[in-house]
Amino acid sequence: MYPTNCRYTKEHEWIKMDGATGTVGITEYAQHELGDVVFVELPKIGAKISTGQPFGTVESVKAVSEIYAPVSGEVIETNAALGDAPEKINQDPHGAAWLIKIKLSNPSEVNSLMDAAAYQAYIAEKQKETSA
Amino acid sequence: MRYLPKSDSERREMLRAIGFDNFEKLFQAIPEAFRLKRPLAVPGPLSEMEIIEYFRGRAAENSRGYTSFLGAGVYHHHRSVVADALLQRGEFLTSYTPYQAEISQGTLQAIFEFQTLMCQLTGQEVANASMYDGSTALTEAVLMAERLTGRQRVLIAHSVHPEYRQVLNTYAKNTGLRVEEFGFSASGQLAIDAVRKAANDEVAAVVVQSPNFFGVLEQIPALAEIARGCGALLVVGITEAVSLGIARPPADADIIAMEAQSFGLPPSYGGPYAGVIATKEKFVRQMPGRLAGQTTDHQGRRGFCLTLATREQHIRREKATSNICTNQALCALAATIHLCLLGKQGLREQAEQNVAKSQFALAQLETIAGVRRAFSGPVFNEFVMEFPRSVKMINAQLLKNKIVGPMALGRFYPELTKRGLVCVTETTTREEITRLVEGIDRALKVPV
Amino acid sequence: MSDKITKAGRHVSQDEGLIFEKSSPGKRGMELPPLDVPPADAAKALGAGYVRAGVEGFPEVSEIEVVRHFTRISTWNYAIDYGMYPLGSCTMKYNPRVNEFVARLEGIADEHPYQPVDLSQGCLRILKTLEDILKEVTGMDAVTLQPAAGAQGELTGLLLIRAYLESQGNPRKKVLIPDSAHGTNPATAVIAGYAVENVKSDANGGIDMARLAEIVNADVAALMITNPNTLGIFERNIGEIAKILHAKGALLYMDGANMNALAGIARPGDFGVDVMHLNLHKTFSTPHGGGGPGAGPVAMKKILGPFMPTPVVIEKEGKLAYDYNRPKSIGRVKAFYGNFGVLVRALAYALAYGPGMRQASEDAVLNANYIRKKLEDVYELPYKLPCMHEVVFSDSRQKKNGVSTMDIAKRLIDYGFHPYTTAFPLIVHGALMIEPTESESKEECDQFIAAMRSIAEESATNPELVKTAPHTTRVGRLDEVTAARKPILRWKP
Repeated sequence: MYPTNCRYTKEHEWIKMDGATGTVGITEYAQHELGDVVFVELPKIGAKISTGQPFGTVESVKAVSEIYAPVSGEVIETNAALGDAPEKINQDPHGAAWLIKIKLSNPSEVNSLMDAAAYQAYIAEKQKETSA
Repeated sequence: MRYLPKSDSERREMLRAIGFDNFEKLFQAIPEAFRLKRPLAVPGPLSEMEIIEYFRGRAAENSRGYTSFLGAGVYHHHRSVVADALLQRGEFLTSYTPYQAEISQGTLQAIFEFQTLMCQLTGQEVANASMYDGSTALTEAVLMAERLTGRQRVLIAHSVHPEYRQVLNTYAKNTGLRVEEFGFSASGQLAIDAVRKAANDEVAAVVVQSPNFFGVLEQIPALAEIARGCGALLVVGITEAVSLGIARPPADADIIAMEAQSFGLPPSYGGPYAGVIATKEKFVRQMPGRLAGQTTDHQGRRGFCLTLATREQHIRREKATSNICTNQALCALAATIHLCLLGKQGLREQAEQNVAKSQFALAQLETIAGVRRAFSGPVFNEFVMEFPRSVKMINAQLLKNKIVGPMALGRFYPELTKRGLVCVTETTTREEITRLVEGIDRALKVPV
Repeated sequence: MSDKITKAGRHVSQDEGLIFEKSSPGKRGMELPPLDVPPADAAKALGAGYVRAGVEGFPEVSEIEVVRHFTRISTWNYAIDYGMYPLGSCTMKYNPRVNEFVARLEGIADEHPYQPVDLSQGCLRILKTLEDILKEVTGMDAVTLQPAAGAQGELTGLLLIRAYLESQGNPRKKVLIPDSAHGTNPATAVIAGYAVENVKSDANGGIDMARLAEIVNADVAALMITNPNTLGIFERNIGEIAKILHAKGALLYMDGANMNALAGIARPGDFGVDVMHLNLHKTFSTPHGGGGPGAGPVAMKKILGPFMPTPVVIEKEGKLAYDYNRPKSIGRVKAFYGNFGVLVRALAYALAYGPGMRQASEDAVLNANYIRKKLEDVYELPYKLPCMHEVVFSDSRQKKNGVSTMDIAKRLIDYGFHPYTTAFPLIVHGALMIEPTESESKEECDQFIAAMRSIAEESATNPELVKTAPHTTRVGRLDEVTAARKPILRWKP
């Protein structure tokens, strides 16, 4: 079910590459764990972000989750529509509810992230842990 | 003991049910060496009669029977008995923070009404449901400005309440805030030119109080312009909230930090009061403190719940906007009831009476030889007078006539010796003002 | 309605809108005496630029409407005066009415913080007496009453530690906090300028001693511990913990939120604590009032005394005064002298009990253990030790039928009780945290137990009933999601 044209992090972000730029969002698994999203905080355009560091937050009524940069680079666009409609993250996390677009400082970094199959296996393992 | 609802036989029965044979077992987890082996050496137990007698005794050692002209952040205003009676309903007095919305709608709706009243008064878009008091509200407002601007330089008026500035400095010490103070001009208002010169792109907040500690209203629009000009936020503190009945609300400020004591809370020797932060909607997620929001239940009925809780410590832990947990709910409720009673007309009339009394008192005091008004700026119900001798000496004489006179400013402002801060409110009678004027006149004639 | 619900009947309440919706021009609920000085033209006195028109939208209602409005909405609240409020960690005990009475006495309520010290001897005596009592109860050497609430007390405590360590040459970098701690602890540490390092609990819910010994080093300023901890368990190794910290020059901070289990039984000062705060609205019975005001005095050992907030109450030849000249002080944390009115109430409480406070602690622990014993066969008890003043279950058994701790809590409302604390401490998944306090009779405890057992049964036989509770309140579960997405934070016409 996870798009095969994306790469994934252990913190449940996805990135879809288009040349040297990438579009970043959170995964279906992440939105489900979080519950109803009520607010999204995103960086300013032009902000530099670096791999593994938080660049924004997603809030539900009773939890706040940080979003971590899958790769390093510069923010070139943010999804302004989420300001008024954070619920899109619950509805379409892999599509309309993308968060930011990044110009990667080192595009080869993407290769170290999980592909869809590996991510699927990763969350299957995680679900097994929590139900145990 | 009258507060404990168990007989000894009930206690033994419960102990047996637990499976213990003696009461010491209840504390078996506490290492023997750490258990207190003697009764606490504390006074009591006292019956209700004795408790009342004890506190009546203490009350008699205080200022009963004296007429006071003190303000300086704490004001004697009329408090309706209606508000106090309602406040003491167990449903308000003995309820917890309204996390369980279904059985806390009373508190939640009252908070929502409080937030609305505070917005109406201050001209701001959102207000929180109370901080500890004005001093901590001001500090939290500055910390909020720091978060919003990402800057750490703070320009604050020397005429902000001295104890409020002390609190800010305590918090600033470990957070990297650099607080710089700016003096006042002959009007008693902040010396604006100096602030304009100092303003740059490192400034997080320009901070004033209006009316300031000298009772003088500040030039808010000009200060807002300076703040805006350098990308800083204007924080306005208000200690005398009744002034908002007549004074132009600081709507062009970015954050208001107000003390609501004047709205029906007793002076109570310094607390508890209710601080308020009011601000623009766009800043709400960086505002600390509790908020009630309107919503509906599954059947579409209107109801209220605490909202935007993710700002708070119990969720965000070390990343929270503040470590504050409690608010001053009961004090905020007192203010809400008080303001509902006063209403639009009552608040206006009260504010007008305060202005009239202070204008009268000012004029009367100026008739005394050698006594003059210290600052020329506009005042609400407090003002500074300059005397030909030390305020301490004058007050010593006034006390003999059961008058607590002007507050000597030298205590906080060494440059302002022989200046005293006088406060009159709607509760001060003409006769009392006359006694003060005569008393000061006499005091000045006592040979040194 | 279930015949198992013995405490609550149908909740009678009247509808009531917002006060603003009752407003009509010209009505008022308070009148002032006629002005006895010449009226002043405000525009002239202040200058036209400084004056406003009337407050737009402000309510205009009569006295009786105000009385009815607040009386009606008050009935929508649950309260201690109605019954048990088993909120773990919140210590919802009876709030004696005499405390309210004495706080309102003429000569107490009307005192101004800047009136001369000679005219404030009664206020100062109240402060001094309370300080002395708190010193004795905690086994400490000094007390400051200035902090406005527990969280501010915590901050004061950490600033004291910081100032002390600075005076020793190095403020150090981090504060250790167990994973079972209240959220305020980490939030406070950050404001005091410290990094936070979490310490995992061991299998018994206590501090992992081996781990502690490993991580305490010269960078550690303090450990913030809650004892009894939030599982209601007394930290058995507390003496050892203090030794480990002290050996490395670090201090032991105790969150006194759970002091209600210890007053008269054991003293933190005797088991190695260097500094702690007390929540007077918990242990010392001052009313919560729907969320405050509180008071958070800080008690400390001698070494921290010089750094206390100013002013400090001192006594010379029977006369009380303030000492402002304390060069090592951390400064002020609040204007004036603390929440005096709250301190008055706390003193009235302490005087009522005297040394008998011990009995209150004992009854609180008795109630918690009684409830533990009577519910442990139907609710999962993750830490099977005898508890102190509170007991923590988990919803793991009920979860199998899809019923969560929140659902059980909401169903309790139908049975006439306030919910317990849900989902805290974080180390217990789906926690039910129950603190009955000493104020509950055996009868009230038994009714609570019966309600909890009945809900456990419902969770198995009719989980939907529990999951959609409460069923008898004015409003059902509220849409918190919309409230947070599109906040409406004030009334608008």
